[in-house]
Amino acid sequence: MVNATINGKAVCVEKGTTILKAATMAGIKIPTLCFLEEINEIGACRVCMVEIEGKDHLVAACNNVVEEGMVIYTNTTKVFAARRANVEFILSQHDYHCATCVRNQNCSLQDLASELNIIELPYEQEIERQPWDHSFPIIRDSGKCIKCMRCIQVCDKIQDMNVWDVVNTGKRTSVNTKENVPIRDADCAACGQCITHCPTGALRERNDTIQVMRAIRDPKKVVIVQIAPAVRAAWGESFGLSRDEATVGKMVAATRQIGFDYVFDTDFSADLTIMEEGNELFDRLSKRDAGAKFPMFTSCCPGWVRFMKSQYPEYTDHLSTAKSPQQMFGAVAKSYYAQVLDIDPADIFCVSVMPCTAKKYECDVPQVNDAGAGKDVDVALTTRELIRMMKSAQVNLETLEEQEFDQPIGLGTGAGVIFGATGGVMEAALRSAVYFATGKNPGADDFAIVRGSDGIREATVDIAGTKVKAAVASGLGNARKLMEQVRNGEVDYDFIEIMACPGGCAGGGGQPIHDGEELACERGQKLYDIDKNSQLRFSHENPAIVDIYDKFLEKPLSHKAHQLLHTRQADWEL
Amino acid sequence: MSRLTVQMEDRAASATKNMIQEFQQRIVANPPGTCPVDMQLAFLKVCHAQSCGKCVPCRVGLGQLENLLEDVMNNRATMHTLELIEEAAKNIETSADCAIGFDAAHMVLLGVQGFRDDYISHIQNKRCIGSFEQPIPCIDRCPAHVDIPGYIALTEAEQYDDAVRLIRKDNPFPTACALICEHPCEEQCRRNIIDSAVNIRGIKRSAVDGADLENIPVPPKAESTGKRVAIVGGGPSGLTAAYFLQLMGHQCTVFEEKPKLGGMLRYGIPNYRFPRERLQEDIDYILKTGVEVKLNARIGKDISIAQLEQDYDATYIAIGAQTDKKFDIEGSDSNNVVSAVNLLRDVGLEKPIDFTGKRVCVIGGGNVAMDCARTAVRANAKTVSIVYRRQEKDMTASPVEIRGAIEEGVELYTLQAPLRVEADEKGDVVALWTQPQISGLYDRNGRPKSSKADKEPVRIPCDVILVAIGQDIESEHYEEHGIETKWNRIVTDEGGRILGKDGLFSGGDCVSGPATVIKAIAAGKVAAANIDEYLGFKHEISVDVDIPSPLMNDKLPSGRIHLTERDANERKCDFEGIENCMSHEEMKQETARCLRCDHYGCGTLRGGRELKW
Repeated sequence: MVNATINGKAVCVEKGTTILKAATMAGIKIPTLCFLEEINEIGACRVCMVEIEGKDHLVAACNNVVEEGMVIYTNTTKVFAARRANVEFILSQHDYHCATCVRNQNCSLQDLASELNIIELPYEQEIERQPWDHSFPIIRDSGKCIKCMRCIQVCDKIQDMNVWDVVNTGKRTSVNTKENVPIRDADCAACGQCITHCPTGALRERNDTIQVMRAIRDPKKVVIVQIAPAVRAAWGESFGLSRDEATVGKMVAATRQIGFDYVFDTDFSADLTIMEEGNELFDRLSKRDAGAKFPMFTSCCPGWVRFMKSQYPEYTDHLSTAKSPQQMFGAVAKSYYAQVLDIDPADIFCVSVMPCTAKKYECDVPQVNDAGAGKDVDVALTTRELIRMMKSAQVNLETLEEQEFDQPIGLGTGAGVIFGATGGVMEAALRSAVYFATGKNPGADDFAIVRGSDGIREATVDIAGTKVKAAVASGLGNARKLMEQVRNGEVDYDFIEIMACPGGCAGGGGQPIHDGEELACERGQKLYDIDKNSQLRFSHENPAIVDIYDKFLEKPLSHKAHQLLHTRQADWEL
Repeated sequence: MSRLTVQMEDRAASATKNMIQEFQQRIVANPPGTCPVDMQLAFLKVCHAQSCGKCVPCRVGLGQLENLLEDVMNNRATMHTLELIEEAAKNIETSADCAIGFDAAHMVLLGVQGFRDDYISHIQNKRCIGSFEQPIPCIDRCPAHVDIPGYIALTEAEQYDDAVRLIRKDNPFPTACALICEHPCEEQCRRNIIDSAVNIRGIKRSAVDGADLENIPVPPKAESTGKRVAIVGGGPSGLTAAYFLQLMGHQCTVFEEKPKLGGMLRYGIPNYRFPRERLQEDIDYILKTGVEVKLNARIGKDISIAQLEQDYDATYIAIGAQTDKKFDIEGSDSNNVVSAVNLLRDVGLEKPIDFTGKRVCVIGGGNVAMDCARTAVRANAKTVSIVYRRQEKDMTASPVEIRGAIEEGVELYTLQAPLRVEADEKGDVVALWTQPQISGLYDRNGRPKSSKADKEPVRIPCDVILVAIGQDIESEHYEEHGIETKWNRIVTDEGGRILGKDGLFSGGDCVSGPATVIKAIAAGKVAAANIDEYLGFKHEISVDVDIPSPLMNDKLPSGRIHLTERDANERKCDFEGIENCMSHEEMKQETARCLRCDHYGCGTLRGGRELKW
């Protein structure tokens, strides 16, 4: 342990503790900007400067450790002046058109400028303007980048994709794709983790809300929206609601207020995915000796599919051919549901709300449209875009009455809900796989063993006497580790679930942003709670699912099901 | 009003002088990895600020060049811009009135030619060439990329054993490098910006002197691969390759033609600079990894390279530069004309050398010449002089060595080119005749050439002439085996592979020509990695050492601690080591001068510590 004082307060911390951490523990606030714990501790912004007694030079609190006897001050005039100057410097190269910024009121730089009472700048503005492909799901605005390097670090250290890099040196030092390649050629998985870790509005998703509002205003269009499981665990955060207050009913009501004609639950098509994928697994297991490909990988995460296609293309055919819940929903909406409504499928405008930026890519893949009425899913919005639309619809959550999803494709089970947490797809699939094999349900929590927050988890489960070796990974860095083991023959799994974002969709790149907080676990827990309290916890017991097979799809893996609900990811354009 | 005034330096002038002084130091410590085009632009602006403004090419032209370079840097340029830059620079160079203008343009031209690819990258790809790599200066400059800030921090913390273990991750010759490394690591030390480079070699000396070398265990070795590697030459390069290959699980056999290991460390560097017992520390440790050694075994005589190729899975040729360059002037075949290589070899073989009463003349200006001269002093010569065709400042020997020689009474005859050797009737040397030279135009390496001065030849009476004009490589046997050579040097690719000869690798002096020990070590390390891959493996070399967090020192300018030497009058009478280690107090101060570029600056983002290779 080392002893020191901070602003006169005695602290005793473990050796190796940073000044920032020691101050936080002592309840003393030191502002930070570029700092991201364990990911970006590089002391680049020089905002967290503190003064050490006897030292002329100020030091960064975020990456310097407390030494024995150190006398630290976080509030001297020298500190104030330097901190303010550095924020002024950053602002001099930051395009602060805050009113039209996606991160207005959720921006660390804006907060800092406000906290430091910076209301005018002594310096000339120099805004960097670099071109960008605005058709890509991830948009970078060089004018708002403050070169904190967080995107680079997250992409390197967490996702191991190395899409971003520092380019040039000296005053032209900037951030861009590695070697300035166009983002479409950068092997970007479009996971959006760089967006959720950006302190400003330099990174954001492509704004597709205008297109949706245009469809809503079009009287000829029947605009339907599906809402993914993980959205319900996070949407309330931006309205200051606790997880208990932010009910599914309020979410449905608020979404309807935007002007959608029908509000559905992706949970329904998650159950449908389980029916198809669970049977596919069962089918492959029975054909193991006939050369079925193992391990089988889940395919519902398009970030993961993009990763697979660019990094391990030789394994693409190991992906489950079952489409993701988003795409199954779109295919069903523009076929089965059009029949139910007795309308031309071409009049349906199908929107999804996803915790995800890669879903924008997925719905744009030409090879995924099978309903025969244009794109199966016309637009994929992120949770953040939905929230912005709710806000612009002047939704008053205090007075809003809860509402139900529309039917029949708005009914889902607890098994579908947990798709939004890492391990959830695996768990839901195993619940039904046992039923498919034995005709009997296992206990709903029998496979809780695959839950957890470790990046890579494994379990061997028994399905009607067959041992199935399963693994779950979230975060593409972990995915790469697992894939290397698979490729090197170090492991021998039958079924692997991978989600591109750490913690799964709950921590998705399209979720609300809270600088410095990682909320995937907490949101995931909410999903498990919903599952626990659900009447229905097995996908195959969903009456809407039973119904759609009876009336339309016949049975899992039927010809019709194959036509609408399956795809070959190897054929997808990147 | 006085008719004349004494020129006084006013405050502005003295501040400007200080600023320029600081700027010079900053330039010395130019961080590796900066954009050369950007640097060129910045320099050009300095040049332009120096212009008096009288003449058009300098006043206007340099400004226009700046604009064009700005266009390149700001993505507004085309290839036509580059042509225009060259065109304009040429015209400024040929028409500016004074050096301020024409040399500025000359510098631009050198840049456009020297780093044209960087210009083109900015023009075509809108970015600097390569990725953002701003390596730590000392680590980058060290050919073996030793973790210097790491071992300085460990030395500061008095974890000497850990410091040595960390060094050995990249270099199994910590003691050799602590005593005689040419320390290129210090060249661009960022500390130069504040005062002067950290004494890195001196700190390493403290580490190895403080460490319990005998009891540091050998790192865990990889499982035996069953592969066998032949290493030709037991010098620093061969032994380095052997050390790392052993750790990787390959069995190495070192073939050494001399009776003992060490190569030029033993047979080229005299004991007083590198005491033999200290050399043994490194060799003993390397041998602990299980290297097999065959002494007195010369390839081409005792065993052929073809045989090695047959018997081993891979072969590393690291035979060094063991022979002398031919000295061919009238009378050079006289008695007592001895090549430096032979003299130092005899010293290494522990043959007694006695020059009692002799006047010794050494020809050459490199470190080997200094070694010969100082050996002659210790062999009780009556007088020792060094004859060199250029000026003292053009000598390639390190200034410390030159100063050491002078302190020990060696006399320098500079701007004297050897003309002929005068011998008596018995054929014994009696004098060296030299032709005085005049220092003239610079050669391609930036050293002034010397040419015959309009002066009469000089007679330097002497009894012994030691010729230290360079070393050569005995590569005939390898040529006969079909290995490509150029100027007797073995030709390899950058990975040490001999082209067209699968499984044959080479490195060190026999590839680079006579160079430094650290370069030879680095070549051995490179060869080890590539031989490992050639054998179908990818073993990693790492070390489990935690680097202490940097201490928060104020970076106030402070003097560099230099290593002291034993008193010249005392040391010149024996062959014992001459250099003293830092005191504990000095070590503490000097280690605290390290700016810890692994932590401060870019090291925390990119180009920082490499934990393994």
